[in-house]
Amino acid sequence: MSDAQTLRRIVATDCGSTTTKSILIEYIDGEYRQTVRGEAPTTVEKPLNDVTKGVINAVTELEELVHLKYNDPSIKLLKDGKINITSDDNGVNAYVSTSSAGGGLQMMVTGVVAKMTGESAERAALGAGAIVMDLIASNDKRANYEKIERIRQLRPDMILMAGGVDGGTTKHVVEMAELVAAADPKPRLGSSYKLPIIYAGNNKAVDVIKETLAEKVDLIITENLRPTLEEENLGPARDKIHDLFMEHVMAQAPGYNDLMSWTVGPINGKMQNIPIMPTPAAVGNIMQTIARRNDIEVLGVDIGGATTDIFSVFTKDFIFNRTVSANLGMSYSISNVLATAGLENIIRWVPFKIDESNLRNMIKNKMIRPTTIPQQLEELVLEQAIAKEALKYAFIQHIEFAASLKGSQRKREIADAFSQSVSGETIVNMMSLDLLVGSGGVLSHAPRRNQSAMMLIDAFLPEGITRLAVDSIFMMPQLGVLAEISEQAATEVFEKDCLIYLGTCVAPVGKIKPGKTALTAKIELPDGETYEEELLFGELKLIPLGVGETARATLKPGRGLDLGEGKNQEIITDLHGGVVGLILDTRGRQPFSLPSSAQERIPLLKKWMRELQAYPESILE
Amino acid sequence: MAQAYSPGLTITGSIVLRKDRILPLKGDVLVKKGDQVKAEDLVAETLLPGKVVPFNLANKLGVTANILKDYLRVKEGDILKKGQTMAETRGFLGMFKTVVKSPIEGEVENISSITGQMLLREPRIPVQIKAFMDGLVVDIIENEGVIIENKSAYIQGIFGVGGETTGEIMMIAEAPDEIVTTQKINESCRGKVIVLGSLVTYDVIKKAIQSGVAAIISGGIDDHDLKVLLGYNIGVAITGHEDIGITIIVTEGFGEIKMAEKTYALLKRFNGHRTSVHGKTQIRAGVMRPEIIIPLEFKKEDLTVAESKMSLLEIGTTIRVIRQPNFGIIGKVTGLPEKLVPVESETLVRVLEAELENGEKVIIPRANVEVIEE
Repeated sequence: MSDAQTLRRIVATDCGSTTTKSILIEYIDGEYRQTVRGEAPTTVEKPLNDVTKGVINAVTELEELVHLKYNDPSIKLLKDGKINITSDDNGVNAYVSTSSAGGGLQMMVTGVVAKMTGESAERAALGAGAIVMDLIASNDKRANYEKIERIRQLRPDMILMAGGVDGGTTKHVVEMAELVAAADPKPRLGSSYKLPIIYAGNNKAVDVIKETLAEKVDLIITENLRPTLEEENLGPARDKIHDLFMEHVMAQAPGYNDLMSWTVGPINGKMQNIPIMPTPAAVGNIMQTIARRNDIEVLGVDIGGATTDIFSVFTKDFIFNRTVSANLGMSYSISNVLATAGLENIIRWVPFKIDESNLRNMIKNKMIRPTTIPQQLEELVLEQAIAKEALKYAFIQHIEFAASLKGSQRKREIADAFSQSVSGETIVNMMSLDLLVGSGGVLSHAPRRNQSAMMLIDAFLPEGITRLAVDSIFMMPQLGVLAEISEQAATEVFEKDCLIYLGTCVAPVGKIKPGKTALTAKIELPDGETYEEELLFGELKLIPLGVGETARATLKPGRGLDLGEGKNQEIITDLHGGVVGLILDTRGRQPFSLPSSAQERIPLLKKWMRELQAYPESILE
Repeated sequence: MAQAYSPGLTITGSIVLRKDRILPLKGDVLVKKGDQVKAEDLVAETLLPGKVVPFNLANKLGVTANILKDYLRVKEGDILKKGQTMAETRGFLGMFKTVVKSPIEGEVENISSITGQMLLREPRIPVQIKAFMDGLVVDIIENEGVIIENKSAYIQGIFGVGGETTGEIMMIAEAPDEIVTTQKINESCRGKVIVLGSLVTYDVIKKAIQSGVAAIISGGIDDHDLKVLLGYNIGVAITGHEDIGITIIVTEGFGEIKMAEKTYALLKRFNGHRTSVHGKTQIRAGVMRPEIIIPLEFKKEDLTVAESKMSLLEIGTTIRVIRQPNFGIIGKVTGLPEKLVPVESETLVRVLEAELENGEKVIIPRANVEVIEE
């Protein structure tokens, strides 16, 4: 039976820490399309303490919109205070959900060597959608008593313990288990059950680990996630994390037991329960699918209210990495962006003078009333300036983390001797990156798409030729979990309704003096019009090229600069358009810098923002 | 859509409150169901396990971990005195012995024959839980704590710092938009919960700490002053643990913002009454806002906790604007258009139409208002 026969209408929700977002996917004219969307405040906390209330509110909005759309009040997405699952066309054929509410999945990981097994454990936890509260390793320079205090204070949802390669020395990993046992850690939500601990370390130590920990905690043994120094085996540990997330974390959160019973859909023609997925794990699912299907390198970012997640798929082996910057976000954590970046780094993106005290108070007011939105243009500009810094710092953390395995021995070939690559070096390469995707409120809901393009470029500084896109209404999480019941529905909606291509950024890399030519470009548009541009260093140029259109481009970097083919090398290629167009950016890469004096900087910002049509003229005058 | 849900803070002259007073670990409950308690009364206590002190015994002794047991003079669970011998080698003819003594007073938690590590635990630390608010013990959670209920006048603040305290309410500001100066803070404020107007300045906080004020309630506070006071920038709003010698509760937000008339009037009505307050704020994962609890007289049968519900936005609902422009101003909803509408920032949002208290008619994103319960 094909998906289209059993799945004609699907409701998918994402219960975020602030907002519960719902989308309706319908099978129309031979294809799956996302038709309406709704949202409501998440209700996992007081006073309602029941996540299903927010889900009902968000789906009620869907129902109202679908009635308006089809002028048909007989469609019932809800019945008796639940999702109306039916096999006919009056209700919903499947309901799926992701969740990051209540702080998401919070984990602590341990390893022996922080940069080796510790980092592998962190990668496994992050890949499974967790926030890593701390990494505790034998060599992390804290005294043992400090580690014990820390473990006791943290109250994570679960702990992942790694350490040692299979058959290697057991002493250090056992010592870590002794510290954990001494701390006698308690789970975050309630003390009615034992804290789950997954052991994924040296297989030789399993018996002693059991002896040390089995009585105090809920110990789960799985395969070593770093069986040898050269190899990571994260799959089994990630699977265990997902199982425990459902059994322990979700089951403890208010209302989730009901919600877990609601999520059902047909698998192989039979209605089955579809587990709720941690939001970031679902986003990771869909990102990897894009990279493999199109054979490209992808960098994705999801900037939320509390955290910023970065996902990347780099190298020809499609190596996936995810980082979570737990305290960089646009509402709950906005004040921490100020604390991390400093006021001057935020102000450097603002094209007008601002009273520092007002800016500080505005940031704090957003923190304490996280669901408000900027009504005034000036406040929008300020929020977008803050977003650039949040994205920048989250990306710095990602670059450091997304590295080749540290501690592994490699056979070096002659060619390697010249490339200077070493183990532990980042695999993030902005020059080879093909696609940069932004999502999360500030990027997806920016009033002008040009603002989203500007934020992505200013924060990530893409090099060479890079396509830019945003997730239109942040439905990547829902599509990631939808793929569990129908890959067809998930990929069709992804391609048609999810990504909005903004255009392509062209940015030469290297040092150059002001006043020199940085880029010579000949761009032939599909309608025959040709742009011939000679851009000096420090400019930004927007050339219109619509969605689905391509332009033939001859691009010559200035002397000493590189566009991806080597210094001074001309490139002839097709560039893809989008709702913004082609952006030629000669403001500099490696280094990129802004003048420190406001008098010099503000006119430059205005000039670039005007060229990019980022804001109404009223604020740039 | 003729109505919508909107979050709001509770400000009311009478509410039935229910508070869990729970120990961090299991222990003893000191009161029984049906007891009347005062805020200062102890209701439960326990002993927290002492700090763990790891001690590399095998190293100190100069032997390998697997033969450690031959030299031990103590076993797991033993109570230790400081300086007590824990292990010794036999030496040669009674000489050249290595003796290892306990560095602490406490208990032997664990001795590992694999790592040679010994874990010692310091003596337990007592923890006591007070009732925090006057009321009736309505339930006991065995070995964990109690549930207390009362009837109170009740105000939720938006943000605070500092922990639980009690004191008499003392009105200092003569109007909700007054900026109180240091001259008004003196010895008569000692132990009191003082009510200021639209802003509490750093100088006033300093003077209040010197004068022994228990807590300050204010409409606004400047972020810069808060940073100077705490010595750091608050990154994520999880507060209440600050040890600054005073509790501060902000009712409206950051900057100079007139205290809501309703809040001010309620506090004024209870001028001189005892109140229990705290500044604990947590804005995600278990939202917690600062509270001002003014216990009222009640009979047992009054204690029916109303079911929590979300505030409704309807035509006629009183709202307060919680973002610029018009931040802090009160109004009444006059329309709830269904369609998305662009506002000045060009953002397309669901809005409401309102008439503000100054007569101005405005369109505001629904996300930027909170409902004021009448």
